[in-house]
Amino acid sequence: MNSAPDFSLERALPTPFHARTQAFNLEGRWSSWNGYLAAEQYFDAELEYFKVRNACGIYDISPMQKYHVSGRDAEAMLNRMVTRDVTKMRVGRVSYVLWCTGAGRLIDDGTIFRLAEDAFMLTCGSPSTAWLKKSAIGFDDLVIKDKSDDLAALSFQGPTSCAALRCMGLDGIEEVRPFEIRRFELGALRFMASRTGFTGDLGYELWVSAEDALALWDALYAAGEDFGIHPFGEVATNMLRLEAGFIMPGAEFNEALKTIRFEHDQTPFELGLDSMVDFKKPHFNGRTALLAESKRGPRVSLTKLDIEGNKPAAGSFIYNSKACRRDVGYVTSGIWSPVVKANIAFAMIESKHISGELWAHINYEKELRHYSKIARCQIKQSPFYAPQHAKLTPPADF
Amino acid sequence: MSFDAIVIGAGHNGLVCAAYLAKHGQRVLVVESQDRCGGLASQHEFHDGYRCANAQHVSHFPERISKDLNLVKHGFDGAYADIPLTWLNPDADGAHIALVDGHLSGVDAGEQAAYQQYRHLLRRIASMLAPFWLKTVPPIGNNHLSEMMSFAHLGLKMRALGKDDMREFLRIVALPIRDLLDEYFDHPGLKAMLSWDALIGSRQAPRSPNNSLLALLYRMADRSLTSARADSLICALEASARASGVEIRLSKRVERVTIEPRSECLCATGVELADGEHIEAVRVVSSADPKTTLLQLVGGDQLEIEFAGRINRIRDRGLVSKLHLALRTAPTFAGLEAPRGRFILAPMMDSIEWAFDDAKYGRIPQVPVLEVTLPSLADQSLAPAGGQVLSANVLYTPYAQADNWDDMTRQLLLARCLNVLEHYAPGLRDLVIGTELLTPVDLEVRYGVSGGHWHHGDIALDQLIMMRPTYGAAQYRTPISGLFLCGAGSHPGGDLTGIPGHNAAKEILR
Repeated sequence: MNSAPDFSLERALPTPFHARTQAFNLEGRWSSWNGYLAAEQYFDAELEYFKVRNACGIYDISPMQKYHVSGRDAEAMLNRMVTRDVTKMRVGRVSYVLWCTGAGRLIDDGTIFRLAEDAFMLTCGSPSTAWLKKSAIGFDDLVIKDKSDDLAALSFQGPTSCAALRCMGLDGIEEVRPFEIRRFELGALRFMASRTGFTGDLGYELWVSAEDALALWDALYAAGEDFGIHPFGEVATNMLRLEAGFIMPGAEFNEALKTIRFEHDQTPFELGLDSMVDFKKPHFNGRTALLAESKRGPRVSLTKLDIEGNKPAAGSFIYNSKACRRDVGYVTSGIWSPVVKANIAFAMIESKHISGELWAHINYEKELRHYSKIARCQIKQSPFYAPQHAKLTPPADF
Repeated sequence: MSFDAIVIGAGHNGLVCAAYLAKHGQRVLVVESQDRCGGLASQHEFHDGYRCANAQHVSHFPERISKDLNLVKHGFDGAYADIPLTWLNPDADGAHIALVDGHLSGVDAGEQAAYQQYRHLLRRIASMLAPFWLKTVPPIGNNHLSEMMSFAHLGLKMRALGKDDMREFLRIVALPIRDLLDEYFDHPGLKAMLSWDALIGSRQAPRSPNNSLLALLYRMADRSLTSARADSLICALEASARASGVEIRLSKRVERVTIEPRSECLCATGVELADGEHIEAVRVVSSADPKTTLLQLVGGDQLEIEFAGRINRIRDRGLVSKLHLALRTAPTFAGLEAPRGRFILAPMMDSIEWAFDDAKYGRIPQVPVLEVTLPSLADQSLAPAGGQVLSANVLYTPYAQADNWDDMTRQLLLARCLNVLEHYAPGLRDLVIGTELLTPVDLEVRYGVSGGHWHHGDIALDQLIMMRPTYGAAQYRTPISGLFLCGAGSHPGGDLTGIPGHNAAKEILR
């Protein structure tokens, strides 16, 4: 026997947009995201980044997990699971949410779309079926469907995105406010748009059935050509979200249910997400533990740093003195930010050291020679990049 | 009107708990959905003039509770003698085996000597464990001195067993009961008889690994009382509770436990009845099983997700059906002159295992194995003059049937049971004038016990001691402030012992 082994079940699958995205992926730079092929970059991550910051870009987010939660108990079930108050959400709105273990450790973050009084869509980065099933115990009128394979999705981001969508024929898209949902029909093509994204810029996410995915892509691309449309991948996404101050699982926090070592996961307070925890709600998972933590204060704090120099600090230890005798934290993500023109980073730092001096010990490489430097860090309170144009309704025309 | 405590359910554990609380000056209300006290041990008429309870025997009721609650004065007829146990020989000419007060008859001297050895070993281990049944077992990872002392006490007790017994205990504690009995005995009938109490009620057969031994030891606790009339215990408990000032409302079903959010946690404030009435109390104590209490009366949405998940996965699918027969006259078991106590109708351990094999795949057994009693022998009032009640525990009848519990399945099971009985007591079939078969599903519906499981959850290593019903609720407290558990689903477990009720009361009064 000399036949090749059959890896068909392990093989990463093409997303519904693959027929289009592969044409751009000149080097075949794919990674696997939830079992789907996801572009790391198409041919130049920086170019893709600049397209989003200055024109518009499309990111295939089909591998995101999408769950429909419906039934009379849907609101109560989600409300018990997440730390924000779902009962306050109006139909047609989207909310960024966190969910925690009983010990208050962060399992994942995601978004809830309120599609109707008793129907929601929950999206998140990694599969959550088991947790949702467990969270459903004790609720009777509830249906949870995994729509991850049936629904394709595109994140369409950048200052010209709204203009491009109008050109595509999405009447009224300019009236859609941040975190709002609207449904559109273009001939036979039906899809949902939400003004959401992961770049901090003006942007939308488009949700369409897998069968109609290519038709949506083609319509969007045709309309977007005059507005500088270009696909972008994970590397550019990571730069964009860090500038906007968004955390990422696998970087800023390790998902609690996948964490083996004691407290190698994080709590919302450690991640600076205090405003996402609503103690006015009588009960939600992790409330008791989080309440106790909110009283004593988090042990470590995710901190935004502006680091001197231009050497990205990813992976660096943070010290409380230039002598680097005692490490007080570590950088979770760090890049040179083209738009802010600064060396920016997220770092997890022992809370009691936040008020003192902070120094990053950065290792870097130049043509196979290794160097290191000690760079002073300054704490930033607000996101590194939060442009006004991203918040306007209607957005600027082009 | 407000109470210090509302106890849900007037089963024996609910009554014990209520009586202790009332004796300590609390205003206590017991709410019971049936029209009488006793829960699964209450009597009902199943045929004209014929009455029976699902539980006939009190096999190990602690002397201490009986004394504390003055049960003898209130009519409890508990005695220190074991309930006689008889293995019926399926061979009409063969000898039966009887176990009366620790003495075997019907087997040869070798087996008798082996039994004395076996019994003494188990007795020594049982008395080591005995102090821990009437105690709250502290949670793991809690370093309070008093709680550490409990573990230290257990450690000392184990050490005091001596090296040989301790080694033997550790060796056999999780052994399938079959392996242990095979080591000691040869007679297949004797082994079937002795394995019975290790298995009854749980999802275990002789070959199942887990700790049937602990179930056996639990049932061998020292200083305990027995009675062939469970009813005398229930009546005494009811009288004692009432005498201490407990108010009992019958035919009132609790719809839910009312919960109020406080800034730190959720707090139980009372109960809402099915008829809409709301009763307030400082605390609510539930003798219902943990799943019913927490997932239905409280609601999973009021609990942490992980905790609700642990409660949901409690193994509480009952495997025992109750068969009640109204007999025109007393049956005659071949070769048995004066029937009393319990009779095991299982030729050998394999017969029990085969019955379990069917159940594993959701089917009723081809040949059920039975534990039979004639409760009207001890209490003639259960049947009209001359008549006799036969009550049997039928193993193993799965809660979830491959074909559901439709009429055909029931008829088939009944016919198979009667075949077995007829074999041992020829002519019995013709004496039957009324039958009642209560499957686990019937027990669930009638008594509100999840899965129809007598013990509110299997008695098995992963569901015992500080794991009963699960961590986070194993000290009779629940994550809902002011809500306590006091039923068989809590440490130490099922049977008519009242110990969970006693321990819960102690914990509440602490």
